[in-house]
Amino acid sequence: MLNVELMWESVPDLLGGLLVTLELTVLSLVLGMVLALPLAAMRTARSPVLWMPAYGYITFFRGTPLLVQIFLIYYGTGQFDWIKETPLWPLLREAYWCAILAFSLNTAAYTAEILRGAIQAVPRGEIEAALALGMSRWLVFRLVSLPRAFRLALPAYGNEIILVIKSSSLASTITLLDITGVARTLVAHTYAPYEIFLVAGALYLVLVLATTRVLAAVERWLAVEAAAAPAPSDLAQPIG
Amino acid sequence: MTLLVSAISLVFGVLVGFLGAGAKLSRWRTLRLLADVYTTVIRGIPELIIILLLYFGGTVSLTALAGHYVEVNGFGAGVFALSIVFGAYATEIFRGAVLAIPRGQTEAARALGLRPAAVFWTVVLPQLWRFALPGIGNLWLVLLKDSALISVVGLEELLRKTAITAGATRQPFTFYFAAAMIYLGFTVVSSTVLHWAERRAARGLQSA
Repeated sequence: MLNVELMWESVPDLLGGLLVTLELTVLSLVLGMVLALPLAAMRTARSPVLWMPAYGYITFFRGTPLLVQIFLIYYGTGQFDWIKETPLWPLLREAYWCAILAFSLNTAAYTAEILRGAIQAVPRGEIEAALALGMSRWLVFRLVSLPRAFRLALPAYGNEIILVIKSSSLASTITLLDITGVARTLVAHTYAPYEIFLVAGALYLVLVLATTRVLAAVERWLAVEAAAAPAPSDLAQPIG
Repeated sequence: MTLLVSAISLVFGVLVGFLGAGAKLSRWRTLRLLADVYTTVIRGIPELIIILLLYFGGTVSLTALAGHYVEVNGFGAGVFALSIVFGAYATEIFRGAVLAIPRGQTEAARALGLRPAAVFWTVVLPQLWRFALPGIGNLWLVLLKDSALISVVGLEELLRKTAITAGATRQPFTFYFAAAMIYLGFTVVSSTVLHWAERRAARGLQSA
């Protein structure tokens, strides 16, 4: 049935691909978060000048397939001569940076929406209390809404991390040698699709399950911290 | 073609989801275990790998069976892959929806002498819809976008046609952007319809 020997032989090559997959995922998540923070702030702002561009951005990136976004960046940017003259061109010419850019822009839209939900879920009373203490809106956002929102957002953001790991496989369509890319090359050489793709699938599965474990541990850790903090009623001691 | 692939996968995916949810909630341990393995494995592997595995794997299997070279068509492999992926996520949604129906209602129906099948058809199923709709709606949006992945195995759906045109005209940005706008149109229309359907499904609860 399955050629087990071939499956073992494919593992070292696929592990090389795993490194690329991890690189793509981590870089995209970091850049995506950097972009998502201002986006979420804009999205929850009151002025239409601020929230409308953020809304448009989020709708576009969530409403179109990631693969189309990748092609748009990788193939599309070459259509314009003026882009070729900018200092960014050496980066945009490389499939690697195109993939990172597409993944980051994409995950930023989803992350911004997750953060928006979390920011709006922060209890109104806490924000009012901070405002009553004379803090400016920006200070309240930075010191109250955002830290609270991070904890509230964690379960949904964990799902997003898993999705980014899985969608990084699309990088193989623009010649990158991540797990999927390596697997496709190996299949082209050996013509043993079951063996190779099953091993590749197993690698992703292990990666995803390990990430799920870590996320669950982080969530438990944060929950313990929350439980250990004194309940609000304990603080309400009469003064003097 | 994009819409056709998505619609067929939706029908099969919902069916698989029902079966999967039934298995997860069943009394038999083996069935539950099988369903758990199915949802964990499928949800933990990229959709692209599943499509590639079924497409290239299917070709190898059929060739071996037939004794001569047979190529699986991208349509069949694509629909099959998207259906089992949709089914895995739908299983979880239907399971959650069944569990969301208050236990007292099924117990009351049983106490009134309804047979289990009758309880399912008249009490559980009509309400299942309301609880499952938001989740299934999201999955439909994901499915529409995932259908673009089938272009990788050569099926001439929206993205594949775009790629061909973009190559021929040397205006990749124009055509990929147009394709993006078409997908965006599908998803925006879908989410508007879904929003309306959700409100309709919950119409008995709105007045409260």
